[in-house]
Amino acid sequence: MMDEVLGQIRNIIKEQKRILTDKADLYSYSYDASFGVHLPDIVVQPKSAQEVTHIMKLANKHLIPVYPRGQGTSLSGGPLPVKGGIVLDFSKWDDKLEIDREDMVAIVSPGVLTSNINDAAMEQGFIYPPDPSSSHVSTIGGNLAENSGGPRGLKYGVTKDYVIGLEVVTPEGEIIRTGGRTVKNVTGYDLTKLIVGSEGTLGIITEATLRLYPKPQGNQTLMAVFDEMADSGKAITNILSAGILPAKLELMDNASITAVEAYEPLGLPTDAEALILIELDGHPAAIADESERVRQVCEAADAKEVIIAANEQEAENLWKARKLVSPAIVREKPTKISEDATVPRSKIPAMFQRLKEIKEKYQVDLVVFGHAGDGNLHPNIIADKRDKDEMQRVEQAVEGIFQAAIELGGTLSGEHGIGTLKAPFMEMELGEVGLDMMKRIKQSWDPNHILNPGKIFPEPGQKLVLSDG
Amino acid sequence: MGSARLAYEETFDCVQCGYCLPACPTYITMEKETHSPRGRINLVKMAAEGNITFSELEGPINLCLGCRACEVVCPTNVQYGKILESAKEVLLEEKGRRSFFQEFVFGKVFPNKKLLRAAGAGISIYQKFGMQQVARKTKAITLLPEPMRSFEAILPETQGIGKRAKFYPAAADHPVYKIGYFTGCMMDAMFSSINTKAIKLLQAAGCEVTVLDEQTCCGALQSHSGHTKVTKELAKRNVAAFEAYDLDYMVNSIGGCGAMLVEYDQLFSEEDGKWKERAEKFSRKNVDISVILSELELPFKHEINKVVTYQPSCHLSNVQKRTEEPVKLLKSTPGIQYVELPHQHMCCGSAGIYNLINYEASMDILDEKMKHVGALKRKPDMMITTNPGCHLQMKLGVEREGQTDEIEVVHLVELLAVSCGIDT
Repeated sequence: MMDEVLGQIRNIIKEQKRILTDKADLYSYSYDASFGVHLPDIVVQPKSAQEVTHIMKLANKHLIPVYPRGQGTSLSGGPLPVKGGIVLDFSKWDDKLEIDREDMVAIVSPGVLTSNINDAAMEQGFIYPPDPSSSHVSTIGGNLAENSGGPRGLKYGVTKDYVIGLEVVTPEGEIIRTGGRTVKNVTGYDLTKLIVGSEGTLGIITEATLRLYPKPQGNQTLMAVFDEMADSGKAITNILSAGILPAKLELMDNASITAVEAYEPLGLPTDAEALILIELDGHPAAIADESERVRQVCEAADAKEVIIAANEQEAENLWKARKLVSPAIVREKPTKISEDATVPRSKIPAMFQRLKEIKEKYQVDLVVFGHAGDGNLHPNIIADKRDKDEMQRVEQAVEGIFQAAIELGGTLSGEHGIGTLKAPFMEMELGEVGLDMMKRIKQSWDPNHILNPGKIFPEPGQKLVLSDG
Repeated sequence: MGSARLAYEETFDCVQCGYCLPACPTYITMEKETHSPRGRINLVKMAAEGNITFSELEGPINLCLGCRACEVVCPTNVQYGKILESAKEVLLEEKGRRSFFQEFVFGKVFPNKKLLRAAGAGISIYQKFGMQQVARKTKAITLLPEPMRSFEAILPETQGIGKRAKFYPAAADHPVYKIGYFTGCMMDAMFSSINTKAIKLLQAAGCEVTVLDEQTCCGALQSHSGHTKVTKELAKRNVAAFEAYDLDYMVNSIGGCGAMLVEYDQLFSEEDGKWKERAEKFSRKNVDISVILSELELPFKHEINKVVTYQPSCHLSNVQKRTEEPVKLLKSTPGIQYVELPHQHMCCGSAGIYNLINYEASMDILDEKMKHVGALKRKPDMMITTNPGCHLQMKLGVEREGQTDEIEVVHLVELLAVSCGIDT
């Protein structure tokens, strides 16, 4: 059957080099940045909505799974072709990137790199605020499907807050348009927001209209160092309750500080329990005043040191510490399990306590850093996936993290998505009926279950697996 | 299975984040993950696990430039170079000795100065050895008439090496540094005057320079094509040559060779006994000429009133990690107006002999590079290079764009020599 399908795909896609079937090619689209190797049967690189509709109709006729993919930076298994079939690689479809100054929107093709949108916006005096740390690699299509966040989420919100219109190919191969170019739009159900974050299970985004913001006139970076984790939590809460909303508010725990310092000595205080990095943006006069107040708040919360960057170079040096966390923590062991369980801000200290207990109970190398300002911590477990015994403990620890987050009123995933990895825990957070309502939406949009099957919803008996077997 | 093995364990250092994708020239021009660093690392792993065959691995590996731009952006410090070379070595072993031509050129011609010079002191190793004929007979290399014609058109006039002294005393009474100069094979055969100018610049900056008789080919091209044994023998000869003298540094003006020299230590393991330690010492002492010259004072005499841009050598930037020194020298040259080339850290597509073996792929990359040159708001009068391979490729790029009369391609050493009034 696949041969017949391939023959028809060859009629749909004009340039034959955009159809990949060699084994080396198929293996190259069998993974993402999470876990597992799943071989597709065919990889196609579409460059128009028409091509996508034809492929979806074909796939419906033959009941072949279709897996949309950006640049494969997903940390939750979003694009993995877990049931084989067709991978649609959208990373080469990047021909449209228009900035409309009057409407303050960007119109983009799905394969445009997210940071390119922000760069183009900046040239016209705007910003596209969502800034996942992979934004220079990840495509906007992937960001939309996963509703990606980023450090600036604290002040500016996440991807969904910037999407006002979409062109979508439905699982049955029809082209629809949702929303439009206006910020206000209450005509019917908000399908735009339904598609964004649906992890490519409800439709394929072929064009998006994104809101832009005016570019802030200036910014200011500060670093505050604490002897006690609880004090850093107090400082974070007090900064925000003082009416100051930083663009970014990032935290590093002692394990990440010492790892960075061992990796590249920057003069960080390795005896400190925690440090926070703050970026303020806005009018220069406002941020000058705010940075002074942030300093006072931190000192009142027993910060043992507060550094205010004197210039851009110094700001860059301060942020370097945060940037080096990733390379620093994988020096001892190569496998990094990056979690993004998120709790309400007030529960951050409690979450830290729970993480400490999990670390001790399961004897895992757990490092905590991340977007503390919005409760989106990134507990990272460092392991070696060749060590089966260790990976079992890691799986238990990860379950423990999910449990803790939900018990504290938080969520399984702040910004990475459910994908394959977290599907087994969905019911734990949503309850039976809550999950069933989601399934009904899926059923009505994709009656043949061919679009990104195997994601979000757990298979019967599915468990967390962090090995490539 | 022979003695070569894929660097399987090293592939686990890759967390598949994909940060290398935008930095990879072949991912940009070939437009699929298979030709990206993350893709290639995964394929090496898949081959080691028996999921794909060595012949399925071959294409993606052979089409890698080896520019190693991916290593610079990798957040987990994956040793891509090591993984790549291991694959090359295994593939070579699997194929047996079918590539007579490569064996001959890498094993015999390059390391032998006399042979190389006898070959016509120039790219004539390609022309006069009848590369086309050999290639046809052995089917080792797909050499089309087009690349031959392209490169012939831009080759420099053959420069006789002439008689070069063995020792050049410092301009001042007491030498700042005692330098051993590494001439390289291609460089000395095709651009010997650049070597001579380099030596005189070092002299003028206060160094004494010795041209070591005993030196031989650095082994880079051999290493990049999987000939590890030959490479190790060459490395040993160079290490031993260096040890026979009392030198502060070994200096070269060839980004590619320099990268090989600073990584000699990685060729040897504990099993090689003292060689590991000797190679480490040697590697530490090897630097690009820009490192020494930017540290010292050059006697500039003439202003060069030109708009100048610079295409860095990948191996100078990504392996030797020398990005600032050449730019510092450019900016200190009187009269120069320096403009930074956008995407300067993308390879030009020369990559050793990649442009001869994979001509079309290389030209796609070169076209991309020339787009960036074309995007410069101020049109450059000069394109500066720091490696003979890049030099020829950029000349070809300029020629293909029909700009030979507008943009002059110049090695950094040549520019500095003109400004210092050094004429060979």
